[in-house]
Amino acid sequence: MDTAVAKKTGRMPLLSYKAQNNLTILLFLLPAFLLFFLFIIYPIVQSVYYSFFSWKGFGPATDFVGLDNFAQILKDTIFHKAIFNGLLIIAMSLGIQLPLSLALAIMVGRDLPGRGFFRMIFFMPYVVSEVIAAIAFMGLYNPDPTRGLINALITLIPGVEPIGWMGSRELVLPCIFVVMTWKYFGLHMLLFLAGLQSIPTEVEEAARIDGANSWQLVRFITIPMLANTIRTCMYLSILGSLQQFVLVWVMTKGGPVNASEVMSSYMYRYSFVRFWLGYGSAVAIVMLLISLVFSIGYLRIVRQPEYLAAS
Amino acid sequence: MTTATVATPRRNWKRFIPRIIQYVFLTLIVIVVFVPIIMLVFSGLKTRGEAYTFPFVPPIPPRWDNMKLILTTPNFWTMLRNSLLVLAGTTVSVVLICSLAAFVFARMRFRSKDLLFNILTLGLMFPITIAILPVFLLVRQLKLPDTLLAIIIVQTAFSLSGNIMILRGFFLSIPMELEDASYIDGCNSFDFFWRILMPISRPALAAVAALVMIASWNDLLVPLVVINKEALWTLPLGTMQFQGQYGFDISLVNAFVTLSALPTLIFYFFAERQIVTGMTAGAVKG
Repeated sequence: MDTAVAKKTGRMPLLSYKAQNNLTILLFLLPAFLLFFLFIIYPIVQSVYYSFFSWKGFGPATDFVGLDNFAQILKDTIFHKAIFNGLLIIAMSLGIQLPLSLALAIMVGRDLPGRGFFRMIFFMPYVVSEVIAAIAFMGLYNPDPTRGLINALITLIPGVEPIGWMGSRELVLPCIFVVMTWKYFGLHMLLFLAGLQSIPTEVEEAARIDGANSWQLVRFITIPMLANTIRTCMYLSILGSLQQFVLVWVMTKGGPVNASEVMSSYMYRYSFVRFWLGYGSAVAIVMLLISLVFSIGYLRIVRQPEYLAAS
Repeated sequence: MTTATVATPRRNWKRFIPRIIQYVFLTLIVIVVFVPIIMLVFSGLKTRGEAYTFPFVPPIPPRWDNMKLILTTPNFWTMLRNSLLVLAGTTVSVVLICSLAAFVFARMRFRSKDLLFNILTLGLMFPITIAILPVFLLVRQLKLPDTLLAIIIVQTAFSLSGNIMILRGFFLSIPMELEDASYIDGCNSFDFFWRILMPISRPALAAVAALVMIASWNDLLVPLVVINKEALWTLPLGTMQFQGQYGFDISLVNAFVTLSALPTLIFYFFAERQIVTGMTAGAVKG
């Protein structure tokens, strides 16, 4: 068959059809897998090795300490604080950010005049870099009411004292969370809007005819039919919270007094400020395990997320 | 007839109340979205003194001195160039490498295909924020620090899994008949990929490219860890350092930040459709 075609077209295939196919598969997959193994899998395996050493990055790692690094991490109260803060960010994301995005998506709905305009504006912060978002909000949070807009606004109310926002150990994390929400609510809204598009209008019309009011419609039709999108958003939101680094690093570097420390800022400090590379590797491995356990747990318990591309 | 004309406007008016509340609420959110950006721009268009004494009023008349100063010193342009080089390198390699792999996973049959695909999706569980130290150690071993190439390679490697999944989904949705027809016409699988699949997949490729561009352009972590030389700073890295260095001069910092946000916002208003398509790819099923 192959040779017949070849004779007709006048060129002899150097390889049989099957060999040609296999060659295509090999060549096409090669770049992806090369990068994947060299730049993702290999470094991680190597870091597992380094995590058993006390190593400052000069020369080969020789000072084998076994599991000491891990013991140290698990004992460190600052790491506990980082885990607690991570959980707090997750809780706020799921409890505040996602419901807000969902409410906005339902409000914009599918036929509100100006829908495209609102979608465009709400998604805009997503494309602004985290560095810029952080600097913009640092100006707004300025504790001096003659400089920071937020304190200027709240002190307009008689009897309200200016608040120390980012200097306050209790408020610093919620402050960072507000920036996260500002930047990412549009992403979730966008996903919810896409989910809304896929709900057949007949279902809603039928419910209307049966006498459902708007609240009942949302509660018993829209939200259940968005279940998959909601799960996907929860997954992205939790994974995003676990990875939060830039906002924390630019705005507070984990301060004041570790009040806004998260796992990634903790790892960054030990790895790239103090250069305890063995210890930093151990932190990275702990973080990887947490993220792995979460992802596998999600896939096992909930389902395969259909949307996984967000960074 | 008369009753109808009286009744209809009243019912309409009542129906509009929720709409009005909706618009008021949405407008409020629009304001919240804009305030941080507008404050940046305002402050960037004031003199240092004005920015301290009248921080909240619009810059009338606008002072362009800060912007001029930044645009006439080479630093900003060097950073812009570095960011553009990284963006171009990463986008081209991600689109190319991912479409090659996605094509194989979507269109070819071979043993252990599912296994290989699952291995690749593992990458989603190792995000760059978490793997940054391991990756830095490798980059150092390969003697790549202080090169833009290192940023490009690392960004590409960590964008593979997600984008291969998106493109595979898209390639799967292209009708099989097209492929059969091309084989009957004497194409081999490479011809089909290059001459048929890639051209008709342009919208999906554009969507993936737009997303990769945004991620690459905004990335701080990889340049922060990999680059020391000031001549190789990218815009986010430079912006952060500039803020640290000139934090005392708010209007100058904000002018810099405004200028570095400008390209992204312009890009967004032109490519919004591609970005939104890319972002929702796959989610529609959910």
